[in-house]
Amino acid sequence: MTVAPAAGRRTARKFVVRVLFVLAMVVVGFFFALPLAWLVTQPFDATPTMTVSWPDWTLENFSVLAENPYALRSIGNSLVLGLGTIAVVVTLGSLAAYALSRVRVPGRDGLLYALLLLSSVVTGTAAMVPLFQLMVATGLINTQTGVVLALSGGVLPTVIFILKDFMDSIPKSYEESARLYGARPGQILRHVVVPIARPGLAFVAVWALVQVWGNFLLPYILLRSPEAQPAAVIMYTFYTESGQADLSLISAFSLVFSVPVILMYFLVNRRYGFRFHGGIKS
Amino acid sequence: MAAITTNALVKEYPGGVRGVDGVDVTIAHGEFFALLGPSGCGKTTLLRSIAGLEAITEGTLHIGDRDVTHAEPGERGVAMVFQDYALFPHMDVADNIAYPLKIRKVRRDTRREKAVSVAEGLALGGLSERRPAQLSGGQQQRVALARAVATEPEVLLLDEPLSNLDARLRLEARTFLKELQRDLGVTTVFVTHDQAEALALADRIAVMRSGRLQQIGTPQEIFQRPVNTFVASFIGSTPMNLVESEVRDGAVRVGEGSAPLPDGVTPADGSAVVWGARPEYLRWSPEPVAHAIPAEVSVIENLGAATLVTVLSGDTRLQLVVPEEQAPVPGDRGWVEASARRSLLFDPETTERM
Repeated sequence: MTVAPAAGRRTARKFVVRVLFVLAMVVVGFFFALPLAWLVTQPFDATPTMTVSWPDWTLENFSVLAENPYALRSIGNSLVLGLGTIAVVVTLGSLAAYALSRVRVPGRDGLLYALLLLSSVVTGTAAMVPLFQLMVATGLINTQTGVVLALSGGVLPTVIFILKDFMDSIPKSYEESARLYGARPGQILRHVVVPIARPGLAFVAVWALVQVWGNFLLPYILLRSPEAQPAAVIMYTFYTESGQADLSLISAFSLVFSVPVILMYFLVNRRYGFRFHGGIKS
Repeated sequence: MAAITTNALVKEYPGGVRGVDGVDVTIAHGEFFALLGPSGCGKTTLLRSIAGLEAITEGTLHIGDRDVTHAEPGERGVAMVFQDYALFPHMDVADNIAYPLKIRKVRRDTRREKAVSVAEGLALGGLSERRPAQLSGGQQQRVALARAVATEPEVLLLDEPLSNLDARLRLEARTFLKELQRDLGVTTVFVTHDQAEALALADRIAVMRSGRLQQIGTPQEIFQRPVNTFVASFIGSTPMNLVESEVRDGAVRVGEGSAPLPDGVTPADGSAVVWGARPEYLRWSPEPVAHAIPAEVSVIENLGAATLVTVLSGDTRLQLVVPEEQAPVPGDRGWVEASARRSLLFDPETTERM
């Protein structure tokens, strides 16, 4: 009977491996959960610190935040930048992606990859000086429009890339069918292509918002007055009189800062569900 | 008045490939017309050129007495049912059917009303609120037909109308299509690669190959008197027997025997020919017959009420369809009898019928 002990050893080994795996996952999970735990506990603590501890419950931090002249206004600024960028990239991106998907352009794929590669340059550190000079020259310095345009330039290539893939998966027969009934290109786009590509558009919108929401450098440089700054930049100015980071303000503000993005995610996910395919069986 | 006339129609793709190469067809008003051929023969390209989805390179196209060679698809008075039906997945059945009316700026309640009445005419009553994904293949096809018919087109185009249906539904849909076409009396052109479908549905068939027309005729003409060996072998659910042989003593040498010369053909003795006879038109006799082909049965295949028998005569393989009660068994010897009325001779050089 040599089979049973061998099988027993195998089961034991499987068990040990399983336990070690779970332990390792717990450690990794803990590592990622810690900052989140900080985010949901410290805003409600009377004396927030950089460590996670059971809070001494209070809403004091939020009333301090409400009294700060720049804090809530900056969230509004962030929303303006985010929604503005979404409007620009979804409109231009879907038009460009549709055209690139349907018209044979020589060197189309090369063009797309080049754009994708260069897009990090537009919003990258290296381009800041020319970008600043450009904005001064065009009079768009210190305007939300300027920042929206610059951010859109950085986000658009990726958006076109994703949407083109989406539109490639829509069978041409839908459009041809509409065309036969006399629909013009604009009508085909509105009645057929956009509704079918809607999950892709929703995904792109959320993704663009996330990109804009956390962007620090671009608005920091292009917006000169504190009234115009978005939340990501304003957070940087929260100091106490002694020059220490003001943790009661920062912790409460961090929570408020993260809410719109999370809300947008749930809204879009519920309405469209993040389907990364065209959603059509042909 | 002809409904569709093409004159030396050419569709050339970038790179010089000709999808349609000089086609002249005249389709009569109210006709049910089939474009038949193997894949890549240009039949779908021709259909799409009529629809206006492919730009015509050369030649002219008339629908009715209007020249529509360069007209926009929407201005041609044609409707088309696509192979995948192309129903808009985000609209319900009624909105799908009403879409062409929406483009024509018909008021919303009027067009819904019209859509529902057309849908009822096509056995789609009670389904108008469903999405295409909630319908069976046959229902989807009827919605696509309803959408096409609701526009009251001069010409109805169907691209492989039955190919997306499973075998059982296909027969049902075939009868349905033929009934619908007869009731509407609309000129209909359909594309198929299935010869049985073309024979069953069409008033006339155009057989195509490599962008060129091979033959236009009624199903009976195409079946009984194919103009060349290509049409002969393409038509028929069991392919025509085609045997390279020669004429000797006023008969055609086939295998170890001979077959009578077809009616109305008198080639010189010794000339090379291709002899053709459909399996359905050959007879099997266990007793010796004059002017027949002695052969041995090698394979039998059951076709239901009949049997497909493959026989060998020397090195020559022949197939014939035998009624079930006369079916031989493999190894039997007998005689294959051809009729002068139902056999054909082709020129081996040009492959044309003599």
